[in-house]
Amino acid sequence: MSEMSTSSHAVTVDAELVCARAPVGLLAELTHRCPLQCPYCSNPLQMERVNTELSSEEWQRVMREAGALGILQVHLSGGEPTVRPDLEDIVRAAVDAGLYTNLITAGVLLTKERLKGLADIGLDHVQLSIQDVDAENADRIAAYKGGSAKKHEVAGWVKEFGLALTLNAPLHRQNIHSLPRIIDYAVEIGAGRLEIAHIQYYAWALKNRAALMPTEEDFMATARIANEAKERLKGILVFDFVVPDYYAKYPKPCMGGWGRGVMNVTPSGRVLPCHAAESLPGLTFDNVKEKGLREIWLEGEAFNLYRGTEWMKEPCKSCARKEIDFGGCRCQALALTGDAKNTDPACSLSPHHADWAKVARQESHKPPPQFIYRRMGAK
Amino acid sequence: MTGTQPTRLIVCADTKPLLPRHIKLRHDAGRGIWVLLAPERVFTPDPIAVEVLKLCDGQRTVSDIASQLANEFQAPEETIRADVIAMLQDLADKGVVKS
Repeated sequence: MSEMSTSSHAVTVDAELVCARAPVGLLAELTHRCPLQCPYCSNPLQMERVNTELSSEEWQRVMREAGALGILQVHLSGGEPTVRPDLEDIVRAAVDAGLYTNLITAGVLLTKERLKGLADIGLDHVQLSIQDVDAENADRIAAYKGGSAKKHEVAGWVKEFGLALTLNAPLHRQNIHSLPRIIDYAVEIGAGRLEIAHIQYYAWALKNRAALMPTEEDFMATARIANEAKERLKGILVFDFVVPDYYAKYPKPCMGGWGRGVMNVTPSGRVLPCHAAESLPGLTFDNVKEKGLREIWLEGEAFNLYRGTEWMKEPCKSCARKEIDFGGCRCQALALTGDAKNTDPACSLSPHHADWAKVARQESHKPPPQFIYRRMGAK
Repeated sequence: MTGTQPTRLIVCADTKPLLPRHIKLRHDAGRGIWVLLAPERVFTPDPIAVEVLKLCDGQRTVSDIASQLANEFQAPEETIRADVIAMLQDLADKGVVKS
């Protein structure tokens, strides 16, 4: 039996599923609005405003088209998806379309009644993020007072209503020492899965890199802690460990390969092969208001541009791993090397890798600068 | 929150395996294969695994499942039971099978 991840940082990819040429996952960013201001948010710096968001009817149509296209799982994300008062209608449309539904939430806006309602409609899984187990530090990182206590309450409701619970803990230099307690906490609240996600340095996180980058020694310690816990908690807690690119040997297969397994729809309906793809200049993105998902997936210019391996340059072109990691992330290659077709500098075979790892090491050893919080209009 | 420490399920002949509510075994008509949907994961069970999973209803024991499959596929029950235990243990460790 083989398995694959259906969200953004795919670790394993199933050839049988993929060669059917339909995506398996849809990341639906219902809104960019969020009451939290985490300085590592994966949303673009230029966030889409509420008056550009797709209507409820449009999102429901997207869910139906996703089901018809062969998508298996939808990740309802944001921003904070629960700011949409029509979330229930969107979840219902997704359930009716046969999609496995995953709510990716900070939890702070949920009420018990609302979560019960979503469970009754057929929501399958909740991925709840925490900023730290230390409440004071967590609320400081999110710039949201009382958030930590509210999340704890929400975790209890998720279990009470029989939903699957993943705890997502983004890790960086300002909470990295809490990892052992984060693992204990995941077990305590009854999570079935824990994502220990070292920050990926795009968008807001790239802006805040010096405030977030851990030292290599601290990173290595987290890998050891996670490995030990994974063995100890076998059958109790499923672990996903996301490595920070700057200290990696090989890049991640971004989105499981460009245009290969995952589609991302932004709040205004733009369809992206990757949630950071808008940072690539000269790319035009189709919108679900104008075209169907199927046409966009199969024929969209943006999806075809870096699909497969034809576009590659050296060292990717002749690399034995080219169909394992697909050259890593195009957006990161552009942001850090100036050319989206270059090997992702996360790769040790990239000529830029050494310089880049040096930057990480230097930044991680200096005192952290103040956070630039994620806000509309923040610079 | 329950307050009891969760423990690892060790699959044996008497285990009554089941797929919890959030794990979904479905036939994917478009791809012509069975899929097992789990949180942020999709598994593609092979035909034998599919037959086993269909019988994981929380009522049948592993022994019941093995003897039913041994009958259907005219295979030695001992071998089937060992295979079923190994397969279900793997899935239990991935959070997919409970009892």
